[in-house]
Parts: sequence; C-alpha cells; structure tokens
Amino acid sequence: MAEVLDLTISELRELLDSGEISAQELTNLYLERIATVDEKVKAYVTVTEKEARDQAREADKKIKEGSAAPLTGIPLGIKDVICTEGIPTTCSSRMLRDFRPPFNATVMEKLEAQGAVMLGKLNMDEFAMGSSTENSAFFSTRNPWDLERIPGGSSGGSAAAVAARMCVASLGSDTGGSIRQPASHCGVVGLKPTYGLVSRFGLVAFASSLDQIGPLTRSVEDAAILLEAIAGHDERDSTSLPRPVPRLRKSCQEGLKGIRVGIPKEYFIEGVQEEVVSEIKKGLKAMEEMGAELVDISLPHTEYAIATYYIIATAEASSNLSRYDGVKYGFRAENYSNLMEMYKETRAQGFGPEVKRRIMLGTYCLSAGYYDAFYKKASQVRTLIIEDFKKAFGICDVIASPVAPTTAFKIGEKVHDPLQMYLSDIFTIPVNLAGIPGMSVPCGFDEKGLPVGVQLMAGHLQEEILFRAAYNLERGLGLERKWPSLS
Amino acid sequence: MAEITIKEVEHVAELARLRFSPQELEEFTSQLDAILKFVGKLESLDTEGIEPTYRAIEMVNCFREDEVKPSLPIEKVTANAPESEEGAFVVPRII
Repeated sequence: MAEVLDLTISELRELLDSGEISAQELTNLYLERIATVDEKVKAYVTVTEKEARDQAREADKKIKEGSAAPLTGIPLGIKDVICTEGIPTTCSSRMLRDFRPPFNATVMEKLEAQGAVMLGKLNMDEFAMGSSTENSAFFSTRNPWDLERIPGGSSGGSAAAVAARMCVASLGSDTGGSIRQPASHCGVVGLKPTYGLVSRFGLVAFASSLDQIGPLTRSVEDAAILLEAIAGHDERDSTSLPRPVPRLRKSCQEGLKGIRVGIPKEYFIEGVQEEVVSEIKKGLKAMEEMGAELVDISLPHTEYAIATYYIIATAEASSNLSRYDGVKYGFRAENYSNLMEMYKETRAQGFGPEVKRRIMLGTYCLSAGYYDAFYKKASQVRTLIIEDFKKAFGICDVIASPVAPTTAFKIGEKVHDPLQMYLSDIFTIPVNLAGIPGMSVPCGFDEKGLPVGVQLMAGHLQEEILFRAAYNLERGLGLERKWPSLS
Repeated sequence: MAEITIKEVEHVAELARLRFSPQELEEFTSQLDAILKFVGKLESLDTEGIEPTYRAIEMVNCFREDEVKPSLPIEKVTANAPESEEGAFVVPRII
C-alpha cells in the first residue's frame, strides 16, 4: 500500500468515504512510516501515537455515520509552536521542553471539530527563529531529498514530514518566510495567508505583527482545503479579521485567462541560482500558454526589506519573549540567590544563541536613544514597501518570484554567519511586512535533484485569485509526482 | 554608524535580563555590530513625512461586550509553573 502514502487530502477523502480504507488503517500506515524513516529525517519532536489512534477511531465513526468533513480521518502534523492541550508544545526550545498547554489553539479546535488526526508535533528553529531548522535546541531536521542538506526553516519539520510522507499535510507558521522557504526546499506547497485571516490564538508569539499560521501540503487544492478549515474570525485574537472564509476550491476551477502576472525586476537579480530562475521561467511560460499575461513590474524598496524586517521582528520578539521568566511556566534555572539572578540564569540557560541574538538586537533597537533611528525608521520603510505592493497590484493581479535565492544548502554551511542566514529570506520577507498572502508552489528541480519553488503573491485578502493562479500553474507545469524514497 | 562596544552590549544584556560569558560577549558584540551595520542601510532612505506602519491590516480597535465567560481552572493554569503553592506562583523573596 506504499502508494497510499503519496495521495493528497482530496484523493484520500474519496477512499475514506467509499470505505476502501479506514481512518485507522491510514493512521497506522503513517505511524509505521514515521517509525521507519523519521530516524533519518528527524522531523518529529513528539509523536502522539495513542491520541492519533483514538482520533482515527472517532473519525471512522463519523465517516460511517456519513457526517465526514473534508479533513475527517486525515493524518496531519503540527509545528511545535501551535498549542495543543495536554501535549508538549516545545517551540524546539529548552525553555518550553516540558510545557503542556492548558488549552488548544483555535486552529487545533477547528481541526478537531472536523475530525482530523494529529500524528505529532514537528521540529522547527527555536521559537521559529531561523531558516534551516538548525536552531532547534533538540536536533536538526534533514531534507528528505538529500539528508546532508537543510530542509529550510523555521517550519523545517513541517515541510520535511510532508515530503517524506510522514503526514498528508501539516501546519506551520510564517513570520518572514518560515512556511514558504522550507516548502520550496522540500518540494511541497506552502502558504502564508493574509495577516488576520487565520487566528493566532494559541500560536506562540514571535513577532505579532508578522506571524501567521498556514498549511504545507502536496497540492494546491490540499492547501485550499486546509486553509478553508482553519480560516475565520476569532474573538480571542484582536487582529483576526471579521471576514467570511474565502471559497478557494471554487476559484481553483476558474482558468487563467485575463490574469496579469507581475514579474518584479528586483527579484530576478544577480546571486540567484541560475536553475532557480530557469525553472521559474518554465512556470511563467506555462501560465502564459494558459492565457495569463506577463507584466514587468518594479518593487523598488525590496533591497531594504531585510533590514526593515530584522528591526521590526526582533523588536517585537524582544517584547514577546520577555514572558519567559521562569515564573508562570517553562524552564527555571536551579541556582540563584535573588529574583534578578533567577531571571538571568533562567533565560541564559533556557534560550539558544539565535534567540538571544534576536532578543539582544530587538532590545537594542527599542532602547532609549535608538528607538527613532531603528524602530520608527523601519516602520516608515515598512510603509514604503507596502506602497510598492499597492502600486504593483494596480497593474497586475498576482506577482511571481523565486522563493529563495538558491535550493537547499548544506547543513552547517551558514550556521556561523547569522547575516548570511538572514539574507536567504530576501524574497519572502516583504510579504510579511505588507501582510499580504504568498504561496510557494513546486516548479521543478535543479541539477542536483533538489526542488525549486516559485512564489506567488497577491493583494490583501486576494486568496481566491492567488489560488486560481497557483492551481493553474501546478496543472500547467504538470510535474510528475515523485517523492524521495528514503529507503 | 558607530561601532557597538562591549560595554553597550553588556548594558543591553542587562535590559534583556540575559547573562553572557566574556567569550560570548565578544562574539555577540562582533555579530551584533555586523547586523547593525547592515540594518544601518535604512539611514540612506529619506523617510521624512512618511507615516510609520505598526500593523499590516487596517484595524484600529476591536470591541466586544464585556461578558463573563468561563476561564481556565486555576490548577490547570499553575500546572506548568516551576513552583506554585495554593494557586499562586512562587518566586524568590523580593522584600
């Protein structure tokens, strides 16, 4: 039954509803797959075997009753930054190693209501800070296409698990590219929705004005199914938009005729791997053949995006992570003589180097005398970046670009040079600063056989047109469906 | 942009409630210096009169009725605390 592991949510739905396979059988297949290949890939921090079997049994009842929802009985993996009641939610940090949330994130409530099966919690860069999953306090996740390489990050576990067929689909979080970049490196679809479309309640905060939860899947249609399941207004998140859930699967069915695809010259620059550009061009050609019109556009402030991001994101992080003080939950150091020492020892021992680096940078940028020069300045440049997008979306419907300048790099290659690591997010960061949706769609492979993704972006709440473009691009490319065997 | 000094890094560490070894301090100082030089490129942009953006969506306030709703039981809330007693968090003596 090896090929069952290759199927998408929509294909499995048919098998489950017709009784050809039960949710329990499907869950067992995935648990066996995890037991066989995860020692190589190391995507899971926690496998929730017992809970998964219980959920699968309940799902089978639902299916028998004829009350199955789109995700009933579908085995999913969840990034370990999303709170799961009673189940460790570690953020791949020593600080939260033993933390068991007393509540479920809103997205988990929604998945549970549909009867989805959770297989476990997926590895990530500590507190979602990183681009390679090497910053996990526990272990590095490996790219299933080449185990010597990084899967991307910070949702590296979420992307690797889907590509290695250790879950049908997963949830990740994206603050500066943390869903799209690993999706691109692992050859899966990854979506960062419009800011405010998916509730952040129960998502451990990194940078609150940028964070968003989204799906990583085998197909664009699967991403639509998952986003429809988790989107929607939530009064427990004050930045949640009071909007109806978009009808994405319907818009996938519409063609590309008349769609204008913007090609930003600032994203096709020197330093981008040649094969990344050539594979993306194949995708653009496919879109053109299906009736889309390609338009040259300019996003002139792109070169300032990384600097802007690393001020805003670290400033917000330094404030958000002040809650880890060894008092209410999480790790507390053992030896101290007073309260101040307890704080410092706890944070010195509980956080890894990248988290400390970002807390330090953010604290510096917000400190007296520097606030205007850094935080205010960056927030003004953020306005300029948003205006760039507004102008662009006046002449095009979606924008196409690389997701990352290169395919997956080697483990250890950039770990000692934080600035080089930051630069790998150059094409994904502007989307978070502007709060618009962005999707990574697989569009080919380089000479080494590593996946290349194309990023599609659309205006605020324009998910319907984004999915329309992505779905047709996927069909137009008609890539042969293949996955790393890992055996 | 002026170079960041070890003394400044020590001060920021104090503000951030972090502690570093002398070797870590040196390493952090040079890394932060490189990052700050990089983000310093924003200085070259004229942003006179540009409104700052603090959130990416056009929402100002979000009101709802102030109704009493169930909250988490206290024992669940303190269950993750390193030390708790009678429904309260225990911290080192501060007075």
